[in-house]
Formats: sequence, structure tokens, C-alpha cells
Amino acid sequence: MEGLMTVFKKELTDDFTSWRFIILFIIALGVSVFAIYLDAQYIRQTVTETRFVFLQLYTTSGQALPVFILFIVFFVPIVGIMLGFDAINSEKNSGTMSRLLSQPIYRDAVINGKFLAGVVTIAVMLTSIVMLVAGMGLRMIGVPPSSEEVARLLVFLISSIIYGAFWLGLGMLFSIYLQRVATSALASVAIWLLFIFMFAFPFFAQPGQGQAGLMLMRISPITLAWQVITLLLVPGARTLEQMLQSGGSVPTSALPLGQSLLSVWPHMVSIIVLTVVCFAISYIKFIRAEIRST
Amino acid sequence: MSESGTPLVVETVDLTKAYDGIKVVDGLNLRVEEGDLFGFLGPNGAGKTTTILMLMGLTEPTSGVACICGHNSTREPLKVKRVSGYVPERIGFYEDLTASQNLIYTARLNGLSDELARKKVNESLDIVGLSEVIDHGVGTFSRGMKQRLAIADLLVKTPRVAFLDEPTSGIDPEGVNQMLDLIGRIAKEQRMTIILSSHQLDHVQRICNRVGMLAKGRMVADGLLDELGKKAFGAGQFHIEVQLTEVTSDIIDRIKQIEGVVGVNRSADLLLVNCAKDLRPQIAKAIVGGGGSLVEIKVQSYALEDIYMKYLTEE
Repeated sequence: MEGLMTVFKKELTDDFTSWRFIILFIIALGVSVFAIYLDAQYIRQTVTETRFVFLQLYTTSGQALPVFILFIVFFVPIVGIMLGFDAINSEKNSGTMSRLLSQPIYRDAVINGKFLAGVVTIAVMLTSIVMLVAGMGLRMIGVPPSSEEVARLLVFLISSIIYGAFWLGLGMLFSIYLQRVATSALASVAIWLLFIFMFAFPFFAQPGQGQAGLMLMRISPITLAWQVITLLLVPGARTLEQMLQSGGSVPTSALPLGQSLLSVWPHMVSIIVLTVVCFAISYIKFIRAEIRST
Repeated sequence: MSESGTPLVVETVDLTKAYDGIKVVDGLNLRVEEGDLFGFLGPNGAGKTTTILMLMGLTEPTSGVACICGHNSTREPLKVKRVSGYVPERIGFYEDLTASQNLIYTARLNGLSDELARKKVNESLDIVGLSEVIDHGVGTFSRGMKQRLAIADLLVKTPRVAFLDEPTSGIDPEGVNQMLDLIGRIAKEQRMTIILSSHQLDHVQRICNRVGMLAKGRMVADGLLDELGKKAFGAGQFHIEVQLTEVTSDIIDRIKQIEGVVGVNRSADLLLVNCAKDLRPQIAKAIVGGGGSLVEIKVQSYALEDIYMKYLTEE
């Protein structure tokens, strides 16, 4: 335990003081603030329904696409990858790994500590962004969130962190299997792009196209996260399956929180399973790996 | 326990490591006693690093057992790592952290309290002569400084036994001298058993009291430096070097007639006499009797290099 905490603290300090983190944080803040500003302007002019006004801050932008949700879905992977892609191979390459592992700590303390520090970093980053947006929105529209909205935001935050943890795990997986830092970075980004592509052009998941495409959509983390976040933040939204079954004509009345959570749950489980699989493979490989300095 | 009663710090029994069926370390039996400064010699690729990795529990042996202070390196890696330190050949530090931050991390990983860690780090950097750059980023350090920082890293941990893998490679002669002095000093002052792996004979010869020679994964020679010489060139053999002002065949004949002389070789004004025991007085007498005038007579001692070359060419 002691070794784990030591590694965790050191990695957390590294993560928070690294330039890449600072740059991404500034970008994230800027985009979020901009998106919320647009949304708030729009809400003030056109609001008709008083339920879930606060949630609309995160979802409406006057345009067809909810900028904030899309931003979270596309951007969180980059944060996760950034924190994970060089976790192991850079230490191997610089020769610090063999020194680290010759200290009296269990080997898994290293990988657990790194993963945990990454998750905490993602959590801090997302929480501060969501809070900041909430505070700003509150000032601009003057409507406080209802308890249900707070609950929905909380679940949204937790699922975004798990979503980030998946990408962190994927980055670390590549950092264990691939020797060179540049290769593992590119491999992670390639996977990210592939899933974005699948998300943006879901041509193989049209009704009547067979089940294979749909299966792919079901395990694509970006699609999963999109579904989870939309279901949570837009109470009137329906899942992909519900849309397909009804041929696109579903009622858009708001679901109660319990029903939303019920629809979200299978998607959440899929993301969690993907995360666990990534981490488990990394863990086993790392525990068995031979550490040489040359 | 060894024959002499000193506890064994490092012991391997038929230690073997094979990669894809090729034996890199082949049935190695290594024994290092407490307080030894053991030189682990061998050319590149002889299996020195692999042996150290197995002893530190960083690599699993294919067969055989590696023990440090009685703890099995494979089964009880944590106990082993608590009493042993390792300085890899390509030593690495976190380049964006300072020297003291790097060492404090090591101290914490070893479970030292913050206060004690700080004290130990300052002391260690003082011993290796880096106290002036304590708050400088390691990224700005030269190779020699990093090697000394590695020794400081070891001192923070103060293990009972330390493995130094090629600690003198890639640094200038001045740095090598400082390094060897430093290693010799900490072995004595900290009562640390040190295993120093190297392919550079002169470095090992300068500070080590015992050496083991490794070639192709096998220990070809092992023991105290002077014993090795005897083993290498035949037990009880003496090589006596005689320098004369002028060498005549009469003198050579006279020497050959001395009882116990095996052979006489001549090179210019030098005579090399092989004999079963120290026959210097008789040889001197023979030379004077033959009318020669003696300039110098001495028993040849073996440099480690001669021994090394002999074993390696035999392999």
C-alpha cells in the first residue's frame, strides 16, 4: 500500500505540472466556456419549457449539435490518451523503470499508482469544468438546478470519468506493448479516430442492415459515451435501439430519472467492461514483463 | 555459510536462464561473502546483467536458485529488494525533477519518513560530491554526474549488498578514478558488500578483492586475485624473470641444470625461468658461477589481464 501511495502521489504531481496537461486544460476550459455562453444566450431568447432549463445549458446551442456534449465525447479520450500513452515505455526508455522496480515495492504498485493518478487527474479536470460551467450558467440565466438535474449532472460526471479511464487504460496498454513512445501515441490516436469515424458515419448501423454493424456500434466507446451522456442530459432522448425499433418515430417526452438510468445502465456496463479488459491485459503483461535497462 | 565462516550474501545454485533455448546463463554457481568487493568480469554478452537481474528478482530464472541474504530472489522479491540495491548500466533519472527530488522519491519508496529522507538525501549527495547541484534538474547533468547520483541513490537506500552494473562505462578517466575511489570508500565505510560487473580489467583489479570470470554464461574462474593466477598458470608454478647484462649459453645451461627448473626461455637480455618453487637464490648463484652479471631477478606476478586472456582464449 505504501509503495502504491508513493507512486500515486509522484505521478499525480507529474500529471498536474506537465505542460500537456496545462495546455489541454486551457483548451477544455475555453471551449466549454464558449459553448455555455452560446447556450445561455440561446436559452434567454427562446426558452419555452421551464423543466430542465439548467440542463439545457449543457445541451442546447441554438445549432443542431449540442457543442458541449460533443466536446466531452471527443475530447475526454484525448485527455485519457495523453495521460496514458507513455506511462510505461517512457520510463523503460529513460532507464528509470529498472531503478524503480529494484525498490522494495510490489510491481503492481507502479501500474496501479499510475492508473489511479491518471483517473484522479481526469476527475479533477472534468469536475472543475462542469462546476465552472454550472456557476457561469447560473449567473447568466438565473435559474437554479432542480435536485433531479443535480443528480443527472452527477451521474454524467461519473460516467465521463469512467469513459476517460477507458482511454487512459487503452493508452497504457499501448505503452506496455509498444517500445516507442511515438508509436504508442499514434496507435492510441488511430483507435480514437476509428471510433469517431464509426460514430460520425453510422452507415452500417441503419435499420435493415443486419446485426454486425449494430454490434460494432454497441462496443464503440465513443458511441456508448454519446448515448450515455445524451440520455442523462437530455431527458427526452432515447437509445439507439429504441430509435431503431420504432423506425425513428419515438415520442420525445421526458423520461423520469429512474427510467433514464435504466436505459443508461447497459451502456455504462459496456464502458466499464472495456476499461477493465484494457487494464487487466496491461496489468498481466506488465507483471510478467522482464525489465532490462538496455 | 562459506568455508571460512563468513556469511554468504549472494549465492546461486545451478542458475540458468535461456532465451528461446539459448542459454545466456548456464548453471552458474556464484558465492559472494559478506564484506567482499566482488569483481564480476566478462566480455559483453557473457550473462553478467542477466545474472544480476535474476538475483534482484527482476527476471525469472529458467532453472536453478538465486538467493540474497538467504532469501530466494524469485519467491521473496520484496525481502530481497529491501536488502539489495541495483545500479543498472544505463542509469536513468527523472530528467525534469531535481537531484534531491529524484532521491527523495527513492527514499519514500523505501518507506523512509520525510524528515529522515531529507537528511539521508543531503548526506548521500554530500558523500558523492553533488551537494552543490542538489536543486538542479537532472536533465542538466553530465554522464559522470549521473553515475555519481546513482551511487547517492544507492546510499539513500543503504542496502547490505549492492550490484553495480558497469558503473565506469562511458565516463572519462578522471571520472573513472573518482568513481572507483567512491565505490571503494563506501564499501569500507558503509560495510556494504559490492558486486561490480565490468569488462574493464584494470578497473576491477584496482578495487576488488575477489573476482569471478564469466564467459558464455559459465563461471570460468572464481577466487582471490592471486589465487586465480596460480590456477590459471598451473599450481605451484613460478615464473622468474632474470635480467642480465649479457646472456651466454653457458649461463643458460647452468640454470637448466638446477634441480626443479622446468624450462628456460630467452628474449634479448631477459631470461624467463619456469620452475616448481622459488629458486631465485640458486639461479643467482648459477649466473655468478657462469661469469654473468645480474641486473635484476624477480618473480613474475600475473596481471588480471593475463589470466583473463588465458581463460577467454581457451573458451
